[in-house]
Amino acid sequence: MLNVKEMLDELSASPYEEIEIKTPHTGVVQFVGLKPGDRVSGPGGKWHEKPGTLLANLTREKNKKPICAPQKGEVKDVRGELEGQFVEAGVPLMTIRHFLSKEEVIARILKKALHLFCAPERAKYYFVPEVDAKIKAGGEQSVKLKDGMEMFIVSRMKRETPLAYSGPEGIIYAVYFQQGDNVDGGQPLMGVCQESQLPLIQDVVNRVQGEWEERD
Amino acid sequence: MDIDKRTKELAARLTYIRDIFGPRENASVALLRTRLEEFLAQAPQLGMRELSRQVGRLEELFGLLEGKLEGELSPMDRVRIVRHPQRICLKDILENVYDNYTEIGGQDEWSIDPGMLIARATIARRMGKKTVHQPVMVLGQEKGHGQEFRNGGSIKPWGNANALYYMRVAEWENIPIHTYVFTPGAYPVEDYPGAAQQIAKNLYVMAGLSVPIVSVFSEGGSGGAEAIALADRRLMLSHGYYSVISPEGAAAIEGGLKAKASPELIEKCAERLRITARDNLELGFIDRVIQEPPLGARPEHYEFFRQLRSEVIRATDEAVHSAEGLGPLRALALRQRRHADPQEIFVRWSLSDKARRTLVRKRYAKFRAMSRSAFRDNRSLGTRLATAVARMLWQAHSLLRHDLLARYQRRLSRLVEQLEAEVRALRYGLGGPLARLLGLGEAAGGGGARRMAVPPEALERLTSLSCPEAGACRLEEQWVYVSPKSRQDRTLTCPNAATHGCQDLWAPDLFGEFAGVCSTCGHHFPMEFQWYLYNVFDFAKALEFNAELESANPLNYEGFDLKLEEAKRATGLGSSCITFETRLDGLKTVVAVLASPFRGGTVGAAEGEKLIRAVERARIKRTPLILYSHGTAGIRIQEGTCGVIQMPRVTMAVRRYISAGGLYLVLYDTNSYAGPVASFLGCSPYQFAVRSSNIGFAGPGVIRETTGMEVPPRYHKSFSALSRGHIQGIWDRRDIKKNLNQALLTMGGGNLYYR
Repeated sequence: MLNVKEMLDELSASPYEEIEIKTPHTGVVQFVGLKPGDRVSGPGGKWHEKPGTLLANLTREKNKKPICAPQKGEVKDVRGELEGQFVEAGVPLMTIRHFLSKEEVIARILKKALHLFCAPERAKYYFVPEVDAKIKAGGEQSVKLKDGMEMFIVSRMKRETPLAYSGPEGIIYAVYFQQGDNVDGGQPLMGVCQESQLPLIQDVVNRVQGEWEERD
Repeated sequence: MDIDKRTKELAARLTYIRDIFGPRENASVALLRTRLEEFLAQAPQLGMRELSRQVGRLEELFGLLEGKLEGELSPMDRVRIVRHPQRICLKDILENVYDNYTEIGGQDEWSIDPGMLIARATIARRMGKKTVHQPVMVLGQEKGHGQEFRNGGSIKPWGNANALYYMRVAEWENIPIHTYVFTPGAYPVEDYPGAAQQIAKNLYVMAGLSVPIVSVFSEGGSGGAEAIALADRRLMLSHGYYSVISPEGAAAIEGGLKAKASPELIEKCAERLRITARDNLELGFIDRVIQEPPLGARPEHYEFFRQLRSEVIRATDEAVHSAEGLGPLRALALRQRRHADPQEIFVRWSLSDKARRTLVRKRYAKFRAMSRSAFRDNRSLGTRLATAVARMLWQAHSLLRHDLLARYQRRLSRLVEQLEAEVRALRYGLGGPLARLLGLGEAAGGGGARRMAVPPEALERLTSLSCPEAGACRLEEQWVYVSPKSRQDRTLTCPNAATHGCQDLWAPDLFGEFAGVCSTCGHHFPMEFQWYLYNVFDFAKALEFNAELESANPLNYEGFDLKLEEAKRATGLGSSCITFETRLDGLKTVVAVLASPFRGGTVGAAEGEKLIRAVERARIKRTPLILYSHGTAGIRIQEGTCGVIQMPRVTMAVRRYISAGGLYLVLYDTNSYAGPVASFLGCSPYQFAVRSSNIGFAGPGVIRETTGMEVPPRYHKSFSALSRGHIQGIWDRRDIKKNLNQALLTMGGGNLYYR
């Protein structure tokens, strides 16, 4: 059973994720002068082609390699005593606090509460006529799912095959695709939750939407 | 009403003048402004007659001072004139110069590229009482007086492709082509077919187009201009510019790319680049200058259009005359061109087959003669003479050996082949009694038995491993030249390490045995050009030629002499191009290398000349020609038009070589961009790239600046060029020698000496 209050409290007590920056291999560490409290940014650019803020350099065999921030956030602590030291692989160098945004919080909650049913391949997906009729008549939540139940029609390159649902029993929480659009393989088609938990989840999401304070 | 209109016109003239002279303070402009303001202030109190008198005087003053200002125009002012929305554009020319026209390349924004205007036009000429309508294909960039959708005359690849198609149509129809160049440069996108690739195709086709081509330059911006400007007669408007790069671009490079260049530096660059009509006439890149009214032609200058009309007619007549020859009287009239009106003398513009061939030959000769004094020739008189004699001897040898002797040899071998086939047919029982009588045919049958008798050592060779006792085949001994980078004691990280999990590589391994190739993902680290010279092209045994031709500073570009000396000292080369004759697995080949350490592998007059000579050598000696681009940043901007003219020059030489039946193979490495890719490199039917190289027209920074488009990270990678169809394959560095040999044996035309 999902405990909404506990979950929210837990998240708001630590509204961030701590990322530990570890050395990828052995080498001599050189910090670039970042202090606790400094802001760092993650990879940028349209294609994430620009690396994040430089955190430290690691030199092995005269080969100096940059270590960059994987996500934006704030430097929590730096192990300054390692400056100029030779370290092993996997040694923590610093910690970065990445503050969670609304979307990230909701994604975390839903990840815990939902079972995602994903597209097995890139194709167009349709609900089978019975399911479709039910959804149109009574909304998404009116469909009760059972393992092995015939659910989708997969249409690709003029070939149509049925696809059965597999996973825990429950009801559809949300549908993540448009009928008739192409969906890439691995993308979620729908989220499934237990029928009893539905109001709880909706409550959590609403509260996050309303109450969560984003820190930049 | 009339006075009102005239005052408005005067105000517009003043605005135009102020646009042209920019922020500069000028006494004449100030005088005009105060006079006009005074007049406007007084006007309400003046009577009709007085008004008219004063406006007349103002108009006279404007005329006078415009004439004076004309003398003060700096090159950058001319650039501003050319870019001004009031400047004449191609539509005005079509309306006023031609008698009739139909647009065929689309209409306004409903066109594959609204910047490229293509039209079938006619020019009427008198033949006694008869009027003859002579059809012409007119094409050029349309700036459309500031119409946004025309992109200011920057043509996308498909616009150039459309122009090329209609140039071909003109060739089928045997009518002349008039091209008008109004472009600041090509639109630098790499979408199919790619800006560079399309310009290269245009140049290649235009080099052999067998109808007269006349081009008129107003704004000639580098590669974009060349795409339609390879012509028999090149005219230029007196206020136009023709340059390798925009003055802003040159200033950005000069002043370091990051900072924004100051207006003074831009002015200075415009002067140094020698971009005006007079400069280009002096340098010999255009044939004639068409004088415009003071401060540049605008759509209302009808007298100018009349002059332009007679100039293009005359230029077309001259082009026709150079190929076909006119009657003695008309030829005389054409020579005394200042006096005769070309419209009065009839010249038929469709050419005979013979004249079409002559035209193409003359066009080549015309471009071949350009920029001959823009490089330094350090050869002694004796060497020059010896080279000329050797060339003649080779030509004679080639004629004897490959044309005359080979013809008989071919006939003989064909005869022998036929006879042999006949005898074989006889053996298979077709000869009947005759075969039996001679003891041939199946009955005599030794065929099957003979096939069985394979000598035991051959059997051994075919069925066992080549060196079973030697263990695994080791590679480290195979490189003659080892990069000095392999002497450093350090490791390197492959740029793909994050995605492919490549291990760090130890420099002696990487640059020695691995030939600079990552052993996990196959990424190619850049190698020196010497690595290729010695390990691929066997440079130690090669015969280098024309090493004495060295780059110079033809425009006396300020500060460039020093940079050039520096480059020569640092690399030990005289120019970025090395040409030599070598043997690849026994096959004699001419190779040209563009070496990137010398001024970024840029191409100027010396490089162009060396390349042309290499191409001609390969043509005469009937050897394959390989152009290895170790890296080129484009045309050398400090040489101005002397550099940009190498694009058509070398492409024409290449075209001549390819159509003679040779094999022209281009191999790209590291980074190859701009002019060379958009001409003689991109026109080859066989282009390959070494892995991890980049190929393109403009770098990401320039694309972002000009188009406002963000460039994806792997936009210029050779694999993108391969999927676009620009190049034909990607080679591993370690396999180049093998692949080249395979290419020499299987690709190219029938004119190679070993075929």
